[in-house]
Amino acid sequence: MIRFTLIPRHIEDAIDPSRRAFMKHTGLLVISVGAMAAVPSALAEAAGQTAARGADPYPDPDFRQLDSWIVIRPDNTATFYVGKTDLGQGTGTAFRQIMSDELDIPYANTSCVMGSTDVTVDQGGSGGSDALQTDGYPMRRVAAEARRVLLEMGSERLGVPVAGLAVADGVISVKADPSKTVTYGQLIGGRRFNVTLTGANVDATTGVAKLKPVQELKMTGRSPQRYDIPSKVDGSAKWAVGVTLPGMLHARNVKPPVAGAKLVRIDESSVKDVPGFVKVVSKGNSVAVVCEREEQAIRAARQLKVEWQKPSTPPFPPSEELFKYMRAATPAFTAPVTAAGSPDAALSSAAKIVEAEYDMPFQGHTSIGPAHATADPSNGQMTIYSNDMKSYGLRNGVAQFLQMPRERVRVIWMDGPQAFGRTAADDAGFEAAFLAKELGRPVRLQWMRQEETAWDTKGPAFAFKIRGGLDAQGSLIALDWEARAADHNHIGYNEPDSVLIAQFTGQRRATPARGSSGAPVEMYGIPNQRLTQHVVGLPLVWETPVRTGNLRDPNGPQTAFASESFIDELAAAAKADPIAFRLKLMEAAQEDSGFKKARSIATLKAAAQAYGWEPRPSPEPRATGDVLTGRGVAYAIRNQTIAVEILDVEVNRRTGRVWVKRAVIAHDCGLVVNPEALRRTLENGFLHGLSRSTHEEVTFDGEKVTTVDWRSSPTLTHRDVPEKIEIVLVNGDPNKDRPDLPHYGAGETVVKPTIAAVANAIYDATGVRLRRAPFRDARVLAALKAANA
Amino acid sequence: MSTINLTVNGRPHTVELQDLTTPLLYVLRNDLGLEGPKFGCGLGQCGACTVIIRGEAVRSCSRPVSAAQGAEITTLEGLSANGKLHPIQQAWIDEQVPACGFCQNGQMLTAKVLLDKNPRPTDADIRQGMANTLCRCMTYYRVQAAIKRAATTMEAAR
Repeated sequence: MIRFTLIPRHIEDAIDPSRRAFMKHTGLLVISVGAMAAVPSALAEAAGQTAARGADPYPDPDFRQLDSWIVIRPDNTATFYVGKTDLGQGTGTAFRQIMSDELDIPYANTSCVMGSTDVTVDQGGSGGSDALQTDGYPMRRVAAEARRVLLEMGSERLGVPVAGLAVADGVISVKADPSKTVTYGQLIGGRRFNVTLTGANVDATTGVAKLKPVQELKMTGRSPQRYDIPSKVDGSAKWAVGVTLPGMLHARNVKPPVAGAKLVRIDESSVKDVPGFVKVVSKGNSVAVVCEREEQAIRAARQLKVEWQKPSTPPFPPSEELFKYMRAATPAFTAPVTAAGSPDAALSSAAKIVEAEYDMPFQGHTSIGPAHATADPSNGQMTIYSNDMKSYGLRNGVAQFLQMPRERVRVIWMDGPQAFGRTAADDAGFEAAFLAKELGRPVRLQWMRQEETAWDTKGPAFAFKIRGGLDAQGSLIALDWEARAADHNHIGYNEPDSVLIAQFTGQRRATPARGSSGAPVEMYGIPNQRLTQHVVGLPLVWETPVRTGNLRDPNGPQTAFASESFIDELAAAAKADPIAFRLKLMEAAQEDSGFKKARSIATLKAAAQAYGWEPRPSPEPRATGDVLTGRGVAYAIRNQTIAVEILDVEVNRRTGRVWVKRAVIAHDCGLVVNPEALRRTLENGFLHGLSRSTHEEVTFDGEKVTTVDWRSSPTLTHRDVPEKIEIVLVNGDPNKDRPDLPHYGAGETVVKPTIAAVANAIYDATGVRLRRAPFRDARVLAALKAANA
Repeated sequence: MSTINLTVNGRPHTVELQDLTTPLLYVLRNDLGLEGPKFGCGLGQCGACTVIIRGEAVRSCSRPVSAAQGAEITTLEGLSANGKLHPIQQAWIDEQVPACGFCQNGQMLTAKVLLDKNPRPTDADIRQGMANTLCRCMTYYRVQAAIKRAATTMEAAR
């Protein structure tokens, strides 16, 4: 067997040729005595032997060192090291904008390195749309601190107090004599700052410099083109899926054909004739085949004869019986009930009661590229090349799973297919590392399409039951909300005891994560309400393809489908205009510290104005032949970000096809860093919501998931795109020009209201209320026929 | 072992292969080191693996390498010429189309074939012609805008 003693350099050199060398030369990468003590002696010996050849362990960059964040070179360029991952929404470009602003260096002279665990501080990777919201401030603070330190150095060099200096574009000059200058590069280029920062944790990282007021930011609010786009367009981008290492093997998984099946036996002779066959690796119910070439591994995985024993009881009900099952199930968990006023009394005194049930199926992440990772076990270490948006979690999880010291595991984060949440990219990283350790050679693992669509984590299904009471004036006086989420055993990110391979190999945790349900958080003042949130489980908890994990605003679109459809039903019952009805509810809300009430009102009004909204109650079916047209509105908040969508739909009453022809989207996420990148994030996010409204649904029979490819698991296509998407960027802060206007997240909120907006528009067009998503042609047609519409 | 001759982006290659039914995609990626075409489904349903052969957008994940013998194959890497981006690539940058970018190989090459056959497509032509090229970041709106932009540029250059 070939043993590799050197970690191949060419991949990481392509990503960042200077960083590790810089850190090493400047002494940042020092093996701590404590870390080495934890390394088993054999490994430590191996490390000693290989260290001379450059295979260092990978200690964490120290977040309290300015040098961990910013490197300035002699040519007066700067590189920012950010512990987030940019999945194609432009957060890297945005960090360059805000950091170059605070540092006072030309944007064009900066670059940004993200996500690789040995050269960037762990800021959690991506998640919760928090890159700018949570990490923007620490990154601005470290850039401001670097500027402060450089000004002090400039003061010493030029012999002029800091107050007598000006700085622009990385050049410090003497105010009284502008011919006297020194550049950042001349002051610090290629050397360490050696400045210690403070802060209780990475989010609190700070120096002593003050941030600039918004009015002094020059790049923030402009739209430089995203730096990652040219290489994605000309074919030169380096992708995690394209990593090739000397001696690398190819692997494919063999999954149980039925959920919960147990492995009985493997007939390895069934693949002995496959050219390049290397090994079947099996432990517990996990099976993988490893071959020299990729197409050989695919063939061997298909050809391998494996005997499985079906479980004695069905793992889950068939999907057509899912909601009946969920409504009858005993909850695995119920969140503390939120109550205000006297909902029962208010409901019994109401002039009008509205009741409705809504059903939202499981939906997948369904990445365009199946999960993959390449793992290299050279030097008794483990390097994983991955597009996992939480590369730091992958590193920690793999180290625990393989019982390796953290310092000997790293993840090199690279571009890959985005899928907005906790996907099988996590699983593939563990699986590749497991196989690489078994084989002692680099292993590239990729899932197949069928495997990805069936076995990737899902957004939980929801069943809702809601009652609302209107008084004689048509005001909403009471709301009784009950949500049931099929989310028991929600899989977390990169947990060594809940990833699929831990489940299959018998190394899973004893108690599953309980999961979560949902309730509205929008700014409506409802005097009497009760919000009940249940989580229910499916019969099979582990080793199941119907497993849940965070999907873009994890419970938001489901919850808003019910809540914003129901608000529309109440408005219709009150014969009120749907926007006027919402505005009245917003006016009745209590303001919060983030001005969400004022910003919600501003965003709703901005959407109505951009749309040209003429008040009237819904429905108002208007027909031209087979096509009915209508409009719908929905509103949502996620964290501090607000989105309002107004949609025009056409409903074909002969085919049932729903087409959103025009979309107006108003959005307030505070200070906007890059308006053009934000517009695209919102357009694309809205279309993701639209895909979930009209196309996406995970189906299963009593044994297995039956959505396995793009035919059985349809997604939005070019055909379905609206004629026009109009984005309105709103700053609804009561003090619009405040110097500390915060920047909030933008990756998820826009997905939240879409399903309800589509349902409300269909109702407006047809008078038929759809309470079960997605609104596929056949479902819409059946509803129209049932209602004789 | 069998020998197969491929011409990719104007350059001849000889590849030794055990199995000539191997899909072209794996040979392009693993033997020739081309990262433009991607594995998306292996079923010809999504378009991520698209290459251009004889003026047609071909799904290389489900085309045996033997069927590409002797033909001129163009991948994303071969779309630019003489160091200048193809108008489609430039339009993709001008419109800031890609999000994650994984599917954009298929979007651009399918658009190239569409515009080569139909230089002045209507909106309906674009929707129809691109319908089977999927994007899960949902960049469709800007893809369509970029196709129209590229059509205008290419028209002006004629």
